[in-house]
Amino acid sequence: MKHGAAAAWPICLGYFPIGLALGVLAQQAGLSWWAVALMSVLVFAGSAQFICVAMLAAGASPSAIIFTTFIVNLRHTLMSSALAVYLVGVPRKFLAFFAYGITDESFAVNMARFRDGNWDRWHALVVNQLSNSAWIIATIAGTLVGQFVPQGAFGIDYALTGMFICLLVFQLQGRIYLITGLLAGFIAVIWYLLIPGDSYIVGASVVSATLGYLLKCRYRRSQ
Amino acid sequence: MNFSDYLFLFAGMGAVTYFPRALPLLYLAHKKLPQGLIDWLGLIPVAVLSALLAPSLFTDATERSLSFGKTELLVAIPTLIFALKTRSLGGTVLLGMLLYWLAGIFI
Repeated sequence: MKHGAAAAWPICLGYFPIGLALGVLAQQAGLSWWAVALMSVLVFAGSAQFICVAMLAAGASPSAIIFTTFIVNLRHTLMSSALAVYLVGVPRKFLAFFAYGITDESFAVNMARFRDGNWDRWHALVVNQLSNSAWIIATIAGTLVGQFVPQGAFGIDYALTGMFICLLVFQLQGRIYLITGLLAGFIAVIWYLLIPGDSYIVGASVVSATLGYLLKCRYRRSQ
Repeated sequence: MNFSDYLFLFAGMGAVTYFPRALPLLYLAHKKLPQGLIDWLGLIPVAVLSALLAPSLFTDATERSLSFGKTELLVAIPTLIFALKTRSLGGTVLLGMLLYWLAGIFI
């Protein structure tokens, strides 16, 4: 529990301002606190929830919102697959519950810890569920107190970016990781500029990981 | 919208969020994975994080155009150096927020 909490607190810290911001926007879009609570419990996916609030405010249909959510969250299939490497043979009941809490942030923290060793599925579950709790509380709090928080106060808009920068650093475990990361960033920017929508996340990830893998194979063969 | 409208919408969103998270894990964790797939999946985290991060630093979201002068990018440089030196997630988040906040005041 203690190790999990130590790993989770930066995520909770990062979620709090974002959750507050989501709560404020949701409240302005006419959602009451219980609707936001229901959404955070059932969905637990920050970017999809922001999009949902924006689409509700724009009068979109539920089916359009659900479809958009599906597209935006498809990237988690990649993360779920990558986590499977460290959860081989774990009971399906555990996996079914664990999967609920797989987000960009909990994924990156747990992967870094799993790779360093000294980490197990229970620690990982604590990270997921503490982050989830912080998210639910923060989004509800946002609907209640959000209107008193000035926009952009204390640099809260940068919390997620800062977190991603550090999580990226954790992943740089060798030259091939650095090359793959640079490729992914480059491809993502080009993809983002050329193709509308959010396909750049999955697209750039798959292409750059494949290129990185091929480079690794070639390097190994030439040894 | 009333309670059942919200319940329908959020349950639908929850389902399409949950299944992409659960199915690969449920399937792959009980398979013997080929080493090549394991190696490939090992490169996914760095790729995903970089793909999430880079457009937010190097592009303008409203116009979807290239941009090298964003405050986000400027703040990212000392934040990155701090992360490399300390490897502290919480510290990096706090420093990034502080610098971004100060940059908003002074720039």
